Amino acid sequence: MENSISVKLKIWRQAGPKEKGEFVTYELQDIPTDTSFLETLDILNEQLVERGEEPVAFDHDCREGICGMCSLYINGHPHGPATGATTCQLYMRRFKDGETITVEPWRSAAFPVIKDLMVDRNAFDKIQQAGGYVSFNTGGAQDANAIPISKVAADEAMDSASCIGCGACVAACKNGSAMLFVSAKVSQFALLPQGKAEAKKRVKAMLQKMDELGFGNCTNTGACAAECPKNIKLSNIARLNREYISAKCSD
Amino acid sequence: MWLFKSSVGRKVVMSVTGLFLILFLTFHALMNAVAIFSVEAYEAVCEFLGANWYALLGTAVLAAGFVIHIIYAFWLTLQNRSARGDDRYAVTARPKNVEWASQNMLVLGIIVACFLVLHLYQFWAKMQLPEIMGDYAASGEEALELAFGCWWTLPVYLIGFLAVWFHITHGFWSAFQSIGVNNDKWIERWKCIGCWWATIVMLLFAVCAIALTLKYAGGYDCIGAC
Repeated sequence: MENSISVKLKIWRQAGPKEKGEFVTYELQDIPTDTSFLETLDILNEQLVERGEEPVAFDHDCREGICGMCSLYINGHPHGPATGATTCQLYMRRFKDGETITVEPWRSAAFPVIKDLMVDRNAFDKIQQAGGYVSFNTGGAQDANAIPISKVAADEAMDSASCIGCGACVAACKNGSAMLFVSAKVSQFALLPQGKAEAKKRVKAMLQKMDELGFGNCTNTGACAAECPKNIKLSNIARLNREYISAKCSD
Repeated sequence: MWLFKSSVGRKVVMSVTGLFLILFLTFHALMNAVAIFSVEAYEAVCEFLGANWYALLGTAVLAAGFVIHIIYAFWLTLQNRSARGDDRYAVTARPKNVEWASQNMLVLGIIVACFLVLHLYQFWAKMQLPEIMGDYAASGEEALELAFGCWWTLPVYLIGFLAVWFHITHGFWSAFQSIGVNNDKWIERWKCIGCWWATIVMLLFAVCAIALTLKYAGGYDCIGAC
């Protein structure tokens, strides 16, 4: 078939969190180029099950780019070579016939491997629990124009809120820093009136939790924003720094 | 203290000391340029920065700036390496828009620090230090002649300047990002200003070094240069 390719998948296999992992290469024949990357892994797993081998464990859920569950570090890029897309939105037409595709889990001390390509991203939940919410009742919907919010602020808050918490920023960062994630979560509230009431408390609590969980320090390489499937911008990190410094200075 | 304990605080320290060092380099380059035009004026600058209280205070603050910047650099790097975990990626790719310098700041910094040791040995240890100790202190011209009379001084300095250039092209905008003085518009502006700033300052250094080498070439043997 003209629109099919054969690829070699070099996949990280690790039986458990404490086990030693290694790469295992699998060959797949005649994969239609319209197959998504996760479907390709499904095809591989079917073959493995048929052969009586252990299938490859990997995270996935909605498969339409909104849940943030899929991960995978493919050929040196979190979520693969496509930009502004998650692994589930990646298709085999991105790869060449006969290509060896290296698939690794997110590698960060704060995201330990559970099995094969699955990592534990609970650290992000813990950061959110530290302050990524509004803790009071904001009441029913206000009359239009009762609380003026500029279009610029509303758009930026919405863009920041589009972070799906997948952890690609941490995976891309040579320092294993979670600043892009935390900055997006802080920004979406800091830009809006409902979030401003608790802004200082929130930024201090979330950043302290981030540091506690062993994420690295941001050195502004920008790899996070370049690899983010939701195109979260670096300016969020500047806002987080600004919010944190002003909160600390007003203590 | 949040400047030690929080990741943002530690980066604020890197940022403030870094900006201070950039400011120092700018003054340093301007003062060097004096030596091309007039040796007497250069001697006046050297005299002004001798072993008097304000020059010594300035030297101490400057040294503190360097030391804090370097200590924090190693501290942050160690923390960042452990945050990355023990398993490294088998395949890595540098995404577009990610500067090479930004991922190699420590290496560039180490090159700059090595260059700094040589530079301090060639000038500070022959000028201000002996003056403090009450020994014979070389004049500005003597120190210049001794250093730039040697053939390898210029290439070593040019390598040092190149490393500083790379270091500042990232460090400049990164410093503003770390203290939160940045947004979507200013990020490109800071990058552009930083690039120009680094280029102009380092070109000034390079021009001085080349001019002085041409002036003093072959004046001294290289054993004398150190």
